[in-house]
Amino acid sequence: MISIQDLHKSYVTGTNSLHVLKGLNLEIEEGEFVSIMGSSGSGKSTLLNILGVLDDYDKGNYYLSGKRIWGLNETQAAITRNAMIGFIFQSFNLISFKNAMENVALPLYYQKVSRKKRNVIAMEYLDRLGLKDWAHHLPSELSGGQKQRVAIARALISNPKIILADEPTGALDSQTSLEVMDILKEVNDQGITVIIVTHEHDIAALTRKIIRLKDGVIGEVITNGELQMYRDRVKQE
Amino acid sequence: MFDVDIWQEIFSTIKKNKLRTFLTGFSVAWGIFMLMVLLGSGNGLSNGVKEQFAQSAVNVMWMWTGETSIPYNGLKEGRQVKFNNQDYDFLTTKSKDIENVSSRYYLPNDILYAYGKEYGSFETSTCYPSLKDMENINIERGRFINDMDMQEFRKVVVIGDEIRKALFKEEDPIGKYLKIGGVPFNVIGVSMDKRRNQENNRAAYIPFSTAQRIFNGGNRVHTFTVTSKMVQTTEEAEAITEKVRQDMALRHDFDPKDKRAMGSFNMLTEYIRTMKIFQAINMFVWIIGIGTLIAGIVGVSNIMLILVKERTKEIGIRKALGATPFSVISLVLLESVLITTVAGYIGLVMGVGLMELINFGLEQATAGGGGENVFFKNPTVDFKTAVSATLILILSGAFAGYLPSKRAASVTPIEALRDE
Repeated sequence: MISIQDLHKSYVTGTNSLHVLKGLNLEIEEGEFVSIMGSSGSGKSTLLNILGVLDDYDKGNYYLSGKRIWGLNETQAAITRNAMIGFIFQSFNLISFKNAMENVALPLYYQKVSRKKRNVIAMEYLDRLGLKDWAHHLPSELSGGQKQRVAIARALISNPKIILADEPTGALDSQTSLEVMDILKEVNDQGITVIIVTHEHDIAALTRKIIRLKDGVIGEVITNGELQMYRDRVKQE
Repeated sequence: MFDVDIWQEIFSTIKKNKLRTFLTGFSVAWGIFMLMVLLGSGNGLSNGVKEQFAQSAVNVMWMWTGETSIPYNGLKEGRQVKFNNQDYDFLTTKSKDIENVSSRYYLPNDILYAYGKEYGSFETSTCYPSLKDMENINIERGRFINDMDMQEFRKVVVIGDEIRKALFKEEDPIGKYLKIGGVPFNVIGVSMDKRRNQENNRAAYIPFSTAQRIFNGGNRVHTFTVTSKMVQTTEEAEAITEKVRQDMALRHDFDPKDKRAMGSFNMLTEYIRTMKIFQAINMFVWIIGIGTLIAGIVGVSNIMLILVKERTKEIGIRKALGATPFSVISLVLLESVLITTVAGYIGLVMGVGLMELINFGLEQATAGGGGENVFFKNPTVDFKTAVSATLILILSGAFAGYLPSKRAASVTPIEALRDE
């Protein structure tokens, strides 16, 4: 699903050049449930941006679903994002003057789905996330957990191959965090690849694979058996 | 681009910022309103003055003679210059700038008009059939003098409406015989000046040929009324006058510079000069109007920029969800066009409405009586101007939205979505 080889990315600000990703290699198979961890400055946000086709890279290869993402113009990038990727953000990023249903339906608007049809589909997704009764509420009238569920519905509505979640529980209390993680797990069970960027160990421990970034390269990949040990270790902490 | 959704998107943002949208729109509406009021006033002034010119064809020229005041060619000053029928032939055939010519032979002012027991003295205009178009003579009843009347020296007369009232009262004058200086003339028509110019309505028209023969005119012509070809500049109009002067000077041996020997008045020169002034006024009005409009547009542009800045995050979200740069640009651009067009249209309607109201008031006042010589008439804006103003509005809306929409399109989702 995702194949990255020797990925380099630097940010140039004035005369300073900041080399963030330094030859990163990463393979994520279809249907994986992965968390990316790392201290600030390790390059995890940069990696997420590149994975989400929000940013380009300097050198290396990034294959998304077999297609190399390289040299896309803004329109192509927008179409790729719309078709392939669902985003979930820490601060939800719902549009404040649109109600829950309209927010969920927005990606379909950019696919030129008719208003009536996309609202029906949006209602289905809201129903699945238990928010049918809140469909006509504005984001300001929803709780944090509800907002994030709306955001998840919005990420799912375009049938993406990948869900990219940037600190999805960062703004939620631990109880709601667990609920959101349960939903993401359900999403993953339907075969959608879910990638979570987080710095919370207990959240990362709920995924099936942890990728630790360190200084712009993969520092450590924890899977299966190791993950169980990791979970225990987190519990002790 | 024109589906319902994008409008719903735009309306929801406008609804969110009602006051700001109103204030922005107001500046545009005001600009267009002022433009329309100014243009309407300009038109009103221009129409009023055109009306003054409508008393005759605009390219008409009158010529008369007098005594020479400059010695010329061995001839002393104080010599009477006299036009004659050969001058008429010359003007009609040889003068290429002259289109129509009507000669006039003056009858005595005290010549008596009599019908039955009624009599009075009126001005007699002896003329050719072409005078009708040259002096915009309006025939109320019957007909004007024609070529047959001229050729056969018919004793026919067209009388002004005041003469009809004075001599015929309620009787129909057509076909009746009227005595002019004791000679019976058949009344063939009644003229009536539409602007109720009493002077014109107290005049009678008889064929020049008849007048010359009956009232002992011999070969004599007192004045010529001619129309010249239409020209666009005062210089050209002056040149026509000058050419005719020189021709006449040559024919009658006087100095072409001698204004006393031959006088002339070329309406075309005055007309062109006046129209030039109105063109200048019109241009001035457009410049001021457009200036006001630009102030409005800058306002819209400014507001849209702020709006884009405020909506950076929203635009970033949209882009992350798959909004193409084109869709972002059209979102901002259409909002700008919508605000300017709607607001501008309101201004347009109010401006045109005000001018129509003034026009209505003016017409009422004129109809109320004595509305002669109004220098302000029909102060309205024509359809063409309104359409071009609308086009300007849409264009200016697009113009106002251009910069902000470019700004919006350049929003990068990463920066917009960064959590502060």
